[in-house]
Amino acid sequence: MARIRASQDREAFAELFSHFGPRVKAFLMKSGSNMTMAEECTQDVMVTLWRKAHMFDPARASVSTWIFTIARNRRIDLIRKERRPEPDELTWGPEPEPEQAEALGLQQESAQLRDALATLPEKQRTLIQQAYFGDLTHSEIAANTGLPLGTIKSRIRLALERLRHAMK
Amino acid sequence: MTDVKHHLTDDLLMSYAAGKLPEAFNLVVATHITLCDECRARLGAFEAIGGALLDEEDAVEMDANMGDIFAKIEATNSEIQVTPASTGVFPSALQDYVGGDLDAVKWRPVGMGVKQAILKTSKTATVRLLRIPAGAAMPDHGHHGTELTLVLKGAFKDEHDRFARGDIEVATEADHHTPIAEAGEDCICLSATDAPLKFRGLLPRIAQRFARI
Ligand SMILES: [Zn+2]
Repeated sequence: MARIRASQDREAFAELFSHFGPRVKAFLMKSGSNMTMAEECTQDVMVTLWRKAHMFDPARASVSTWIFTIARNRRIDLIRKERRPEPDELTWGPEPEPEQAEALGLQQESAQLRDALATLPEKQRTLIQQAYFGDLTHSEIAANTGLPLGTIKSRIRLALERLRHAMK
Repeated sequence: MTDVKHHLTDDLLMSYAAGKLPEAFNLVVATHITLCDECRARLGAFEAIGGALLDEEDAVEMDANMGDIFAKIEATNSEIQVTPASTGVFPSALQDYVGGDLDAVKWRPVGMGVKQAILKTSKTATVRLLRIPAGAAMPDHGHHGTELTLVLKGAFKDEHDRFARGDIEVATEADHHTPIAEAGEDCICLSATDAPLKFRGLLPRIAQRFARI
């Protein structure tokens, strides 16, 4: 990402595309899009990535988090056909160079978070996945699985507590 | 930034991060986050979970190759617009819906001196601006579904708490209370609900009271 950001490096972008393109497409399909729509929206996400590369700040978000937010917003825009209100950007003053140390710290935390997610108990992990990827609200998940809404909410709460604990 | 005391729930932040909320709720959440550094930081954590999940996702093969993408990139030449942070009463996301800042709101009276302006969003939930005269009671506050109320100007109080600029009240059907706008200044709130919007003439109000006996 740094190479794309600094010098519009097409080779670096191709690597990003081959890793994230198929994953963004999978995310969109799980969120209720058909193949064609998911493909089209993913292409759009990749175009947006390239065009917004200069706005990526490695001290504030990992590459995968940044791509996730772009895919989420394009999904709302193209597939749900709604606007996505976003918070005002914080003003950072004159174009600060991303802090190496901060970016590195964030990379380590991202790896830590991936591990923590991977070691969640199966039931909690599935619910977190459904909460993010999938087209259902909590009450719809409840209706689908036959679990009471309270159980779903408390499983998610437990999962979040575990993640918080792991990230300390 | 401001001294915000009442925040978003994990549930709302996670659903906003995941893109699962109705548009009307998204607007209230985005507006709170603009005014609240704490929830902005928490949102970062919830988005990081989304990123980590994306990384672990199984791949679905793409039809397009790099060439297709670059062709699309070259066909798109409009500039990426970055909206500058608002310096007005309303954050910029809210200004987009209003068509300007506070002075651009088209208020409609709804009785008892209260005014409202419904903002246009998708129909799964409703969001409106409310203007409650200083010292007056908020309009009947029996909740249906979930209701978010974010203070933008002035303040209101209920039996337990005070809510001022940036504070958000997250109320569900179980909550009954009678908030009152503080004296001195009209209270302006952004309020969203996922229940059908029934304003609240005499009849439904009486019916609601009976329902509570
Ligand atoms: Zn907050």
